[in-house]
Amino acid sequence: MSTKFVYADNAATTAMSAAAVEAMRPYMTENYGNPSSLYSVGRRARRGLDEARAKVAAAIGAEPDEIYFTGCGTESDNWALKGIAEAKAKKGKHIITSSIEHHAITHTLDYLKRKGYEVTYLKADSNGGIDLEELKSAIREDTILITVMMANNEIGTILPVKEIGAIAREHGITFHTDAVQAAGHIPIDVKDMNIDLLSISAHKFHGPKGVGALYIRRGVRVPQLLHGGGQERNQRSGTENVPGIVAMAAALEEAVKNLEENGKRVSAMRDRLIAAFKDIPYSRLTGDPVNRLPGIASFVFECVEGESLVLSLDAKGICASSGSACSSASLDPSHVLLAIGLPHEVAHGSLRLSITDTTTDEDIDYIIETLPPIVERLRGMSPLWEDRLNGRF
Amino acid sequence: MYSEKVMDHFTNPRNVGELPDANAIGQVGNPVCGDIMKIYMRIEDGIIEKVSFKTFGCGAAIATSSMATELVKGKSVEEALKLTNQAVAEALDGLPPQKLHCSVLAEEGIRACIADYYKRNGIEPPFEIESCTGHCETCAKNGTEH
Repeated sequence: MSTKFVYADNAATTAMSAAAVEAMRPYMTENYGNPSSLYSVGRRARRGLDEARAKVAAAIGAEPDEIYFTGCGTESDNWALKGIAEAKAKKGKHIITSSIEHHAITHTLDYLKRKGYEVTYLKADSNGGIDLEELKSAIREDTILITVMMANNEIGTILPVKEIGAIAREHGITFHTDAVQAAGHIPIDVKDMNIDLLSISAHKFHGPKGVGALYIRRGVRVPQLLHGGGQERNQRSGTENVPGIVAMAAALEEAVKNLEENGKRVSAMRDRLIAAFKDIPYSRLTGDPVNRLPGIASFVFECVEGESLVLSLDAKGICASSGSACSSASLDPSHVLLAIGLPHEVAHGSLRLSITDTTTDEDIDYIIETLPPIVERLRGMSPLWEDRLNGRF
Repeated sequence: MYSEKVMDHFTNPRNVGELPDANAIGQVGNPVCGDIMKIYMRIEDGIIEKVSFKTFGCGAAIATSSMATELVKGKSVEEALKLTNQAVAEALDGLPPQKLHCSVLAEEGIRACIADYYKRNGIEPPFEIESCTGHCETCAKNGTEH
């Protein structure tokens, strides 16, 4: 086993930043009070909560009273979709989405379909982009919600959320975006981008796991998610995860403050990976070559299988992930890779390297020298590879 | 999620590569499903003198190919035909449930290779080659067959 350790799976989760850890510590020790309590230790917790709300709001161009803290990005997505579906059921039951959403969206929509809602999936082009004209023509009298992610978690493509939001608003349709992979990595301004609801998750931007937020624009009505003690302005009861929330706010504030500088540096490292692996034959970049998240470099390598790549990289101390069937519980490769038109057999050979601001140039060097021999070794034992080289397919 | 044995056979697969003097070759699986196994054998007087494999697939697919070839090496054809997917999985100290189809594929690969040996000698194989056993959801959905 290698002593080297390179974490290149930051789209799965990130390490907490020192600022986030420091911010949360007092809320586990001296400021442990319940924010709903009247005495000093409770008031200190309340103050921490209020400040966190203001910071999260500022980071996305929202007002503090438009921020609702949740337990994770998935909860935010579930609340937004089921909430709008219920609130608008009288107007209609039609929802529009993309073909490359996270399972937190697709499986929630599957649930709504079983409840009688109808869903239109916009086609993805080969880069993961969508056609705004197709969106316009998909809109119907009974369309109540458009939900399209801000940036894709597997292939890194950034979607034209502002334009989608403008179309939604023009038609009086509520617009939700899953910004879980985007927040803290690319600029977000909910007002400028015409967003009605937006989901984020702390652990994707160096905050803790188990905490997220849903932005709900003032004036958008969503039914209560949890009934109980009336926390989160009665919308999401349950004693607040104060340490987690405070840490999320600290992490997001820091990420947004350094967004431009980190974006440039991380993109440059990402582009080194892309340039290095472009020369491996029968491989290609997945996602938009330009309009993509700074930290995601995603590829397919024909005639090798993604889980084998991931295990081989792990043996060399590199953490990465794959959308291949074998790396998950299901036997289908990722729906995102199929949606961008990759055949099953090619989608099986996917690899995602996701880096962050703590990634170093040495880490990139190490990945660049380690991956090609692994691909070569696996191809050497792949019966598909000999067929490929002999031009049999 | 994988046993140490699986990881060992994945990292250092036994009997990997083509066999230049093979007199039997069998291939099972489908690239759409994400795994293909090709088994090569040199069979002399009914004994598997040499065996090797090439596999496209996940860690379990490579490890089961490696283990299956180890288990049949030096055995008679009749003995090799008794190899079960359970035996392959057990020899690897178990497989995660969603990976059991890889051991099925290994068993089928061995049988397909021996069937090829029979055919080359003008004998109809005295056993059935199981095609897709329905373990693979992709196949079921796409209507394709192994």
